[in-house]
Amino acid sequence: MASVNVRNLSIRFGAHTVIQDLNLDVAEGEFLVLLGPSGCGKSTLLHSIAGLIDVSGGSVHIGGADLTTAEPDKRGIGMVFQSYALYPTMTVERNMSFGLRVAGTSKAEIEKRVQRTAQMLQLEALLQRKPSQLSGGQRQRVAIGRALVREAGVFLFDEPLSNLDAKLRTELRRELKLLHRKLRSTMIYVTHDQVEAMTLATRIVVMRGGKVQQIGAPAAVYDRPDNLFVAGFLGSPAMNFIPGALANSDQQTMFVSADMTLDVSSYAFQAKPRVAMPVTLGIRPEHINLRHDGPWSGTVHLVEPMGNHWVVWIMCGALSLSVVVHDALHLDVGDTVSFGIEPSKISLFDATTELRC
Amino acid sequence: MKAARWGIYAFLVTAAVFFLAPLYVMVVTSLKTMDEIRVGNLFAIPHSFNLDAWRSAWSEACTGVACEGVRGGFWNSVFIVVPSTVIPILIGAVNGYALSFWRPKGANYLFGTLMLGAFIPVQVMIYPMVKILATVGLYSSLAGIVAVHIVFSMPVMTLLFRNYYASIPMELFKAARIDGGGFWRIFFQLMLPMSTPIVIVAAIMQITGVWNDYILGLVFAGRDNLPMTVQLNNVINTTTGERLYNVNMAATILTSLVPLGVYFVSGRWFVRGIAAGAVKG
Repeated sequence: MASVNVRNLSIRFGAHTVIQDLNLDVAEGEFLVLLGPSGCGKSTLLHSIAGLIDVSGGSVHIGGADLTTAEPDKRGIGMVFQSYALYPTMTVERNMSFGLRVAGTSKAEIEKRVQRTAQMLQLEALLQRKPSQLSGGQRQRVAIGRALVREAGVFLFDEPLSNLDAKLRTELRRELKLLHRKLRSTMIYVTHDQVEAMTLATRIVVMRGGKVQQIGAPAAVYDRPDNLFVAGFLGSPAMNFIPGALANSDQQTMFVSADMTLDVSSYAFQAKPRVAMPVTLGIRPEHINLRHDGPWSGTVHLVEPMGNHWVVWIMCGALSLSVVVHDALHLDVGDTVSFGIEPSKISLFDATTELRC
Repeated sequence: MKAARWGIYAFLVTAAVFFLAPLYVMVVTSLKTMDEIRVGNLFAIPHSFNLDAWRSAWSEACTGVACEGVRGGFWNSVFIVVPSTVIPILIGAVNGYALSFWRPKGANYLFGTLMLGAFIPVQVMIYPMVKILATVGLYSSLAGIVAVHIVFSMPVMTLLFRNYYASIPMELFKAARIDGGGFWRIFFQLMLPMSTPIVIVAAIMQITGVWNDYILGLVFAGRDNLPMTVQLNNVINTTTGERLYNVNMAATILTSLVPLGVYFVSGRWFVRGIAAGAVKG
């Protein structure tokens, strides 16, 4: 178990800056998920913590020690890759013990650790097989085992489940969560899959263009996104955005757009809003309610059955809004429906800075 | 559809006949006596299978002053081919590995220069090579000819292994780095065991290339190490009286047996190696 502290980290490839002045603190035993779209620098950040990429500036501390220029194997880390990266010519057992053999660990100790890890991941029956004789899920389990036998203070995961099919992914995701609870080691996990991020993380770091957009517990990031990007990136279907402006008077603050007007006086503004400030209102699909007495109405445009819920797309003027409902049996395309918005669940973003206001 | 099939077979059979005819003539001629060759048809089957010409070609034919056949040249060629295959493959593999995974600064320029060398005809470099080897005292020696073969094989060997390793995921290398593997351990324990197909391709190229070499062997090997190809040339060009076509044919077949054998044994691997390189590279 060890903490990880990244200070003013910069990474450049030639003239191209991938990460600029990034700071990040990971507490001992935390399950931190780096989330962001492709090319946001999350993998680069992880690889620089692992020592696989030379940093251009700043420092990386692991367990309190400055290991910015240390070799990867001297950092006390274990790592799992997206492509499994198992050594194809070695058996599962030799794959798992490779690092220990390099480090000169005694035979008895290697045997003990491999057995214990294999037992934990149900790999005992596969120890003498070659990676080519394993299924995708088994391979990734071996890769996790290979990281675990190192008994490192920090485990790094680089999109480990992205190559697996949906069912296996869910299964291994659960196993990983249980594993973390059992081992209590620090884990840093890179993914572009928001479901993985929401379910696994104790804290999520949302990244974009090499910069941290927001750090927080999954629920906090989901409920109170700091900016438009985070709001739009998390959640499926994505949050509905309604462009408009604020109309302030002494008594109340109103949100006004072409198709709807909403009293937002009770909204917890970060700072006192400017008069007639242009804003974007964000509301999640599950916080729009279809009800007969709703103040607004629209036409049903599309109904997507998702099994345990439906996503209903409603055209309201020029706006297309997605709504999550749990009973859409009576809805047909072309129907006119009334709906309301839960005022306590809205987010308001400054239209120019895109920051939460 | 059917007609096209027949067309393909007709073409293949024609091509096979075209390429096999010379070999057939060589084999039957080598089994005839000189009397029979003089009066007979080029394509005729020999009356009796006479192995005298083969015996003579192997151990009695004159190569200039000495009359010991191509036997000596065979062993000289073996002594040249073995180190000229093993050493370039090892160095080429290390080069390719370093270029693909460690990517030292300036590696691309180095590789570019190496490739440039591959486009300059060997003949241009012979004279400077002679001077250099003479200066370091390796001219006209086994070590000298091996060194020359190593140098001239470097571009192709490096290219071959670099492209092969480029098809191996970088994450594999990174995983080994996390596990604490250094330059040589990752090479010998991880990358080299994965390289069997490309090593076989490289070996085929080197063995046949070095065995078939004439000019370098003639210039650099020295009198005591002349390879089989040079000896063969001497056998054929040494005329004392009549030309012994049967002996010449037998000597030629003997000389080409090794590359021929290599293709027969490894044809499957050769194709597989090239295909693998093409798909992944």
